[in-house]
Amino acid sequence: MINASLSELSAALAAKSLSSVELTVLFLDRIAELNPALNAFITVDRDKSLAGAKAADAQRAAGRAGPLTGIPIAQKDIFVADGWLTTCGSKMLSNFVGPYDAHVIAQFKRAGAVLLGKTNMDEFAMGSSNETSFYGPVKNPWNTAMVPGGSSGGSAASVAARMAPAATGTDTGGSIRQPAALCGLTGLKPTYGVVSRYGMVAFASSLDQAGPMAKSAADCALMLSAMAGFDERDSTSLERPAEDYTRDLATPLAGLRGLRIGLPKEFFGPGMADDVRAAVEAALDQFRKLGAVTVEISLPNSGLSVPAYYVIAPAECSSNLSRFDGVRYGYRAPEYGDLLDMYCKSRAQGFGAEVKRRILIGTYVLSHGYYDAYYLQAQKIRRLIAQDFVAAFKECDVIMGPTSPSVAFAHGAKSADPVQMYLSDIYTISTNLAGLPALSIPCGFGGDEKSGNLPVGLQIIGDYFGEARMLGVAHQYQQVTDWHTRMPAGIA
Amino acid sequence: MSLSNDQVHRIAHLARIELAPGEDARIRDQLNGIFTLIEQMQAVDTSGVAPMSHAVDLSQRLREDKPSETDQHVRFQQIAPEVEAGLYLVPKVIE
Repeated sequence: MINASLSELSAALAAKSLSSVELTVLFLDRIAELNPALNAFITVDRDKSLAGAKAADAQRAAGRAGPLTGIPIAQKDIFVADGWLTTCGSKMLSNFVGPYDAHVIAQFKRAGAVLLGKTNMDEFAMGSSNETSFYGPVKNPWNTAMVPGGSSGGSAASVAARMAPAATGTDTGGSIRQPAALCGLTGLKPTYGVVSRYGMVAFASSLDQAGPMAKSAADCALMLSAMAGFDERDSTSLERPAEDYTRDLATPLAGLRGLRIGLPKEFFGPGMADDVRAAVEAALDQFRKLGAVTVEISLPNSGLSVPAYYVIAPAECSSNLSRFDGVRYGYRAPEYGDLLDMYCKSRAQGFGAEVKRRILIGTYVLSHGYYDAYYLQAQKIRRLIAQDFVAAFKECDVIMGPTSPSVAFAHGAKSADPVQMYLSDIYTISTNLAGLPALSIPCGFGGDEKSGNLPVGLQIIGDYFGEARMLGVAHQYQQVTDWHTRMPAGIA
Repeated sequence: MSLSNDQVHRIAHLARIELAPGEDARIRDQLNGIFTLIEQMQAVDTSGVAPMSHAVDLSQRLREDKPSETDQHVRFQQIAPEVEAGLYLVPKVIE
């Protein structure tokens, strides 16, 4: 049951061979058993989850069940949920009990899904290793000496260890795709604006986008169909007709014949580790066997994505996080003098080192005299990066390459050097800047004798609103390979 | 470019973040490392390129000018650090 797909779970619930309460208890028990070693969850509330499961069972008994009714889903602790502690991995919000539901939470509730718990994450989603969380690092279920990736590291570890059938994540610079790659999952960052940001704690608002993290492309398609949709409470939510993201899953295998896969030469340079390269090349061979053709393309400005991102994202973060002032909610320092001192002490004590670093960078690049040289220049480069993709998609239907330059690295390996950590997202950031959809699927293993097998992720980048097509392409691959079904040893 | 300790203090003040004694030098070195990465942008000629401020080109929606939210201040103030008579309390600002 723990390896079942969402549609298999749905079928079992429909056949009354198990109830949502039974299913939820199964996963809550696994969390109780495995979470102490992995630290993937910040909050688990058995009573609340079981109340949700009972309600789902009642909904089904009343004949009002959809594809996700009764299925427990882990939610990244960045989504405000009514009555649930919502910390965003920070001391600043360590006392914040959500007074309302984020749109994503409400969408899952409407679909009848059960909130299984709130998952650990890098503080305010700033990190690529889940080591910046106030609640401690998450361990990678494939090897607990390794990081799970970040910032949605708790969500990734929870599904990899089969503590949850599926989870949500958010992706500002790679925070869904990189942990999905490092933990052997399928994770999708949709086109910017497809999923509402209402109630999702803001990091960099022009880049933040929520998406699903699950065991397969088919599961992600079901999840995204529930998550997406117009929401007037998010001014960047796109008014588009509702989509069924599962619609391309049934395309027969011949559906990949003639698919043009663009391979950006900049993604296949010396920065990629040999074990990642071998797995990605093997996956591309598999796609060619399925009838796809590969064409070399160029994204000439992609090398500038990390520098431009580390201006734009901190600039937006310094503005967004100015709301945390110790006045209306969140942490307030126990001792202070005047109002200014209260702000400065509350923020100094409430934020961790990486968050402060980014606030300081953002404050600087937006300050008088530096705006043009940094912020404006970064926005111009952002345009060049987006234009590169427009040109590339004239020559291909999807773009493929590695998700992460390496497999999961050891805890502490990069935490002392911010620049090295930032470069972990070198292949993922450009799509956030452009607003494009991208997903990561497991495509093999790397690692060495000491680390054991560690998953490798293949990134698939699509054109705007290409999610259904990309999920269909990923699904075809998952029909003829079994990387996505592998699970870490010692977890069963 | 290279930040000085004084500049670090000035940025921290603007950001309303107190620095612990001795923290400035460590932060300065880290920020300078990050700015070495960022400086790669300066080699690019972007004259004539329109800045891209958002992932998608959007115009702001307009809605009817009528209240859309209900009064929930009691609920929202339950999670505030210090509240009295419906007001958020802070240290005295005006003498």
